[in-house]
Amino acid sequence: MDLFVAIFAGTVIAATPLVFAALGELVVEKSGVLNLGIEGMMLMGAAIAFGAVVAGYSMPVAILAGGLAGAATSLLFGVLALTFLTNQYAAGLALAIFGSGVSAFLGRGFGSAPIDALDRIHIPGLSDIPLVGPMLFRFDPMVYLALAMFVAISWFLYRTKSGLVLRTIGESPQTAHAIGYPVIKIRYLAVLFGGLMAGLGGAYLSVAYTPLWVENMTAGKGWIALALVVFATWRPQRVLLGAWLFGGMTILQLQGQAIGLAVPSELLSALPYLATIVVLVIISQNRQMLALHFPASLAKPFRPAG
Amino acid sequence: MHFTIEQRPQPSAAMRVAAPIIATLLTLAVGSAFFAALGYAPLAALHAFFIQPLSSANGLSEWLLKASPLILIGCGLAVGFRGNVWNIGAEGQLIAGAIAATGVGLYWPAPDALLLPLMILAGIVAGMAWAAVPAFLRARMNTNEVLVTLMLTYVATLLLSWLVHGPWRDPAGFNYPQTALLPPAAMFSYFDPAYRLNTSIVATVIAVVAMWLFTDRSFLGYKMSVSGAAPLAARYAGFRESSAIWIGLLAGGAAAGFAGVAEAAGPLGQLSPQISPGYGFAAIIVAFIGRLNAFGIVLGGLLMSLLFLGGEQVQMTLGLPSALTRIFQGILLFFLLACDFFIFYRLRRSGGH
Repeated sequence: MDLFVAIFAGTVIAATPLVFAALGELVVEKSGVLNLGIEGMMLMGAAIAFGAVVAGYSMPVAILAGGLAGAATSLLFGVLALTFLTNQYAAGLALAIFGSGVSAFLGRGFGSAPIDALDRIHIPGLSDIPLVGPMLFRFDPMVYLALAMFVAISWFLYRTKSGLVLRTIGESPQTAHAIGYPVIKIRYLAVLFGGLMAGLGGAYLSVAYTPLWVENMTAGKGWIALALVVFATWRPQRVLLGAWLFGGMTILQLQGQAIGLAVPSELLSALPYLATIVVLVIISQNRQMLALHFPASLAKPFRPAG
Repeated sequence: MHFTIEQRPQPSAAMRVAAPIIATLLTLAVGSAFFAALGYAPLAALHAFFIQPLSSANGLSEWLLKASPLILIGCGLAVGFRGNVWNIGAEGQLIAGAIAATGVGLYWPAPDALLLPLMILAGIVAGMAWAAVPAFLRARMNTNEVLVTLMLTYVATLLLSWLVHGPWRDPAGFNYPQTALLPPAAMFSYFDPAYRLNTSIVATVIAVVAMWLFTDRSFLGYKMSVSGAAPLAARYAGFRESSAIWIGLLAGGAAAGFAGVAEAAGPLGQLSPQISPGYGFAAIIVAFIGRLNAFGIVLGGLLMSLLFLGGEQVQMTLGLPSALTRIFQGILLFFLLACDFFIFYRLRRSGGH
């Protein structure tokens, strides 16, 4: 039973950076913009948040700084993709390389020592319930923040007028522009929000999950987040589900290494990447479902006429 | 005074040529500001980064040695990019090529004269095989190739790590994660034993010419570009999208696979986790700087190679981290993409508000 609880709790924790990054990207893509640079934004968030803790700032300030670093990085992409109408694939890729470089540059002064991880909360009473307590009420605040963001984003996208406007822009920016909505401005906001979320996801990695700084520590999580959005066919509930699936895979793989399974650790480490491919293949079979939720203007530059 | 952006009546040919130059100059300007902010004299730092590496015969040899895989892979990738096929996993295909070539070189009992040709063949086939997976999945299963090529890069990295830590580790290698050295017959020969530049660069020259012939002189290349620019038109003309996918990915895979062979059987002489300093990713930028055009890619590859050399140089002389190379790569691509905007648009002064 303890093992079950450990795997469950570990899954939720391992999924948290993906939940942040993938939900952020979901909002960006729903507005019709494809930012491939999640990896770079996450690394910036991870480096800045870790640096802030090392510099003596409090945890909330450090995590916020990580989020803002992600947003600031995303602005570079925004200017290129939205103002300069560049190819979004290339701009996102440049962002991924740039973020990896800048974070490695900043991170060289951090040392290799771990820091004290973000504290887990303890709710008197609730946290002490057998089984349920350790499974639901003993996480750090960021886990709950990620879930709150899930609720907020689902509500925003499908229950508010602003969310409808955002989705309309993703479907047909021409229509939204004709009605009088500021397409470019709203897309900028979406990109910044995506950057903030990726930054928070990165910050979670460096100050709560590991908690230390290693160059390129995201190890492809930004790209997996991107895959999750496709996997989820652009729907928030399935982003959450997908993130947990991958979190679970990570934990099972770590457990497998811990109990000394007679397979090379590299094979176990490769599982999340292979699983991503398998899942993508399965999802792409359902063209109808993809077409139904796919933002029709995704990655197509738009410039209002006149 | 106010500026508005307006579309040019027709794309500016002058700007098309000037954009990469302006982007390079802007990158240098930002680089100077960056060095100044770090407390280094900008001119001295830029000198160390961009001039010093080229001021010796050995430096020139290294410059070409590093430009060669970048140009080769850049050409291969550009074939795909022209057809809107986004292979961003050339790094994985390079690793696959290096693994296959080293495997043949170390473990295949071939006569000396055949060893290197067999390794080249194995490397190219492995690179193509690594790219065939995303090609098949995109062409037949409708699966996004960006993510698959990238995921396979991580898989290739882990496979390499397993091999050099496990079954292929050199028993006499003091436990370092690397294979034994390749036999002399498995190595590309040097032009001059004093320098590391070797005959593998011939393949790059051939690739550049082949790329130029394919894109500018062949009907298939033309159809592929149409397929990228206007998929519907291409389909009506009877050109299947899946052809573009297969050609695009296999070209990139073959080029990257060969580059992997050239690294293992060239400067490294063995397989280790440091088989590539990121050539597969940097080559994407090279393809863009070169505007997906063979001769542009040559210039882009030379520039990118200089960024790698400069990064190493400032690491040695100024103690700055080599991550600078990636920062400059990113900035260069940012500026290039932004400058491209002005091929199609211009700023115009408009009076009043």
